[in-house]
Amino acid sequence: MKFDTIIIGGGLSGLVCGIRLQKAGRKCAIVSAGQSAMHFSSGTFDLLGRLPDGTPVDDPIEAISKLDGGHPYSILGADSVEKYAAEAEDFFAGCGIKVSGNAHKNTWRVTPTGERKPSWLTISDFTPLEAKDSAIGSKALIVNILGYLDFNTRFLADSFERQGTSCRIESIKLDEMERLRKNPSEMRATNIARVMDRDGVWEKAAAKVKEKLQGEDVLVLPAVFGLKDASVVEKMREAIGVRTMFIATMPPSVPGIRSQLTLRAEFEKAGGRFFLGDTVVDADYNEDGTVKSIGTVNFGDIRLYADDFVLASGSFFSKGLIATPEKVCEPVFGADLTIAEGRDNWFDRNFWKRQNYISFGATVSSSLNVSVEGREIANLYAIGSLVGGCNALYEGCGGGVAIITAMKAADVILEK
Amino acid sequence: MNMQEKNISENNFEQCIKCTVCTVYCPVVPVNPLYPGPKQAGPDGERLRLKKGLFFDDTLKYCLNCKRCEVACPSGVRIGDIIQAARIKYGSGSPKLRDMILANTDFMGSVATVAAPVVNATLGLKPVKAVMDGVLKVDKRRTFPKYTSKKFESWYKGIASSQDSFGKHVSYFHGCYVNYNYPQLGKDVITVMNALGYGVHLLENEKCCGTALISNGMIDQAKRNAEHNIGSLRKSVQEKKMPVIGASSSCMFTIRDEYPHLLGVDNKDVRDSFELATRFIYRLIEDGKAKLVFKKDYKANVAYHTPCHMERLGWSIFSTELIRIIPGVTLTVLDSNCCGIAGTYGFKKENYEVSQAIGKPLFDQIGRIAPDYVACDCETCKWQIEMSTGVTVKNPISILAEALDLEATAAANR
Ligand SMILES: Cc1cc2nc3c(=O)[nH]c(=O)nc-3n(C[C@H](O)[C@H](O)[C@H](O)COP(=O)(O)OP(=O)(O)OC[C@H]3O[C@@H](n4cnc5c(N)ncnc54)[C@H](O)[C@@H]3O)c2cc1C
Ligand code: SF4
Ligand code: SF4
Repeated sequence: MKFDTIIIGGGLSGLVCGIRLQKAGRKCAIVSAGQSAMHFSSGTFDLLGRLPDGTPVDDPIEAISKLDGGHPYSILGADSVEKYAAEAEDFFAGCGIKVSGNAHKNTWRVTPTGERKPSWLTISDFTPLEAKDSAIGSKALIVNILGYLDFNTRFLADSFERQGTSCRIESIKLDEMERLRKNPSEMRATNIARVMDRDGVWEKAAAKVKEKLQGEDVLVLPAVFGLKDASVVEKMREAIGVRTMFIATMPPSVPGIRSQLTLRAEFEKAGGRFFLGDTVVDADYNEDGTVKSIGTVNFGDIRLYADDFVLASGSFFSKGLIATPEKVCEPVFGADLTIAEGRDNWFDRNFWKRQNYISFGATVSSSLNVSVEGREIANLYAIGSLVGGCNALYEGCGGGVAIITAMKAADVILEK
Repeated sequence: MNMQEKNISENNFEQCIKCTVCTVYCPVVPVNPLYPGPKQAGPDGERLRLKKGLFFDDTLKYCLNCKRCEVACPSGVRIGDIIQAARIKYGSGSPKLRDMILANTDFMGSVATVAAPVVNATLGLKPVKAVMDGVLKVDKRRTFPKYTSKKFESWYKGIASSQDSFGKHVSYFHGCYVNYNYPQLGKDVITVMNALGYGVHLLENEKCCGTALISNGMIDQAKRNAEHNIGSLRKSVQEKKMPVIGASSSCMFTIRDEYPHLLGVDNKDVRDSFELATRFIYRLIEDGKAKLVFKKDYKANVAYHTPCHMERLGWSIFSTELIRIIPGVTLTVLDSNCCGIAGTYGFKKENYEVSQAIGKPLFDQIGRIAPDYVACDCETCKWQIEMSTGVTVKNPISILAEALDLEATAAANR
């Protein structure tokens, strides 16, 4: 089967790249072994939250000059990062996902445990805060759904009170939810959202929440609305009438999954082919060393051919990288990797400290080409969290690296 | 040091990272609160069951075995297999009379075809449905597939000799549905393959693939069928050098994947030579070994439904690409949703409501698109969709048979 470009991995980076190519008229396929890291996303995309030495970042673009040369942003260059970052908002709007943010000024998001983290693009469900210590209002009512454990109201109240907001905690009970509650392990964000999204149910939830208000100026709710359709979130806001802040829950993430589904639908609507649940296992090469075709589990002896291949297979979590006790490798092509010297430097025994292994990943050229055994492959690119040289978790740059490398790779391919 | 890598159990439940992604995509979870969901029923439950079988939970029977959880899992855990294997290992093991009747598709088929006019009439009668509903717990709201009065195998005997005259040959695993309910699909397979220059032959004493036997817990019988069928496949592939094709995605999936995973029947040596006809034909076209010539005036607005087992096989692309090359056809690929029937699951009274609720998003979408017909590679989906939407469902092979200019195609492939 022949395509112009084949993308391995259908998470944020694979989809952004695929949509950009497909909309420019290229015939693309995405092969994706399983669902992606977007299912755990906070609902914001981070560009750069702190430098590798721990210094907090206020203006991500300006901070790029302080990163070392191996960081994907340094490899692409600050100008290029700025250019793509500026396009991102419109790109997502064109796919039906409303996001807002400024690459020159981080805003702050509230984590499920009430911490504040710097962020770039915020999905419209959420309300970004201007500063790390911004108060969310003077009096807040925090409302949970009875029996839901992945939304920690006490932690949130403590953190809001530190900024001088007085908080009251309530919960609402919905008959429709009682069915789910029979099985506590299924009282999860996505299952609640599937019930909430039905007509009649969210209206009832809004009415019950309203009854609980005692003059508070801000209402805090878990982000369990709008699994398939973001409009439920807006309708909730309208029905309640008081300023409402939705807060990310523990995974799975309703806005994250909705974004994944929306991007996939956009890719397929543009004519792209998405093969979910299939794993790319090997590649063969042309005489000039470029990739000729790949093989997958499901396609078997039927090979997938393309002019260009993009590796968007993620990091350890998605099995884009495989770790064994002795080594770390990229399993499909055996791509050259950037890895810390000395096994003792791979991790810190203190779980909460920076873990260096998270920054491992493919070594790429300035046009994101991958090399194998030191030889650069002209039609193979790496994007997203597979790219090495940055620590998405510590630096807060996962979403930015995924989106920006994806756009760049698409443009390199289009300009060929 | 290597302990960690080598220490993976057969159904790899310990690869689970507890991310709950599987739960998001399970079609049963949102509609049946009694079902604990794939993570709990699969890898989590397995840890407990390995300690003591009494942790086995009877609610595992609500699993459709649709494998959508496996398609979604980022860690490649064989969740559906874990659940079905647990049912086999720890379940009560004595199926109800109703389950035996529904499961024995070939035995029931043989009886029913002899008496087809009677059976078809009786299955539709109100009092009979009431008895089935009340006594056997087969839901009365369900319509039944009709039985044919002449089995496909009997019909084939009449044309068998004509197949030897072709230059190339394949064997065909037709399945119970073609044999007892809908021989036309089998005839369409032969028509299309003949036009491509292939003679079509039946396997030696084909037996029911066992999909329904497995899901109803009749494992010994399923194993016997499996061993027999793999034997016949071997004869065809290894002795006669004929690859084997099929046109029913569930039989295909069961024989390729459930035989080794659930029944412990090894099929390694023949697995790659057994595939869907659409995949076989797609490869021929891609390799330049076959040409399709279509009727000039064929027009249709088609919606393709991806059956769960096709989703797991990852092969719907071959069917949809073949439909797409028919000039005059506009194809919409429906959102991949379970239709809710899952073999015999939806026939059971206790599952009827759940089954229809699962299928609702699919039925609604078909209603909105209002296609001329739905294309689909699975016959149980066909019953369910036809019953629930009133829209005709056709196998992609039947669509080809209808759209091809058979004479011109035969000439082009001579
Ligand atoms: C738990 C978690 C939470 C995160 N939260 C945030 C957040 O809130 N904000 C943020 O900005 N960033 C976050 N990140 C960082 C995140 O990695 C990036 O934002 C981004 O989602 C990465 O996208 P990706 O496309 O590069 O990789 P992934 O989303 O990991 O996708 C890779 C895909 O490739 C597939 N794949 C792998 N190997 C193969 C193969 N051989 N064949 C076929 N397919 C294959 C996988 O199945 C997977 O679907 C988070 C990361 C994790 C792990
Ligand atoms: S999706 Fe896979 S890894 Fe995640 S909880 Fe389910 S079985 Fe475990
Ligand atoms: S096989 Fe289907 S019904 Fe069973 S747990 Fe998985 S997704 Fe749910």
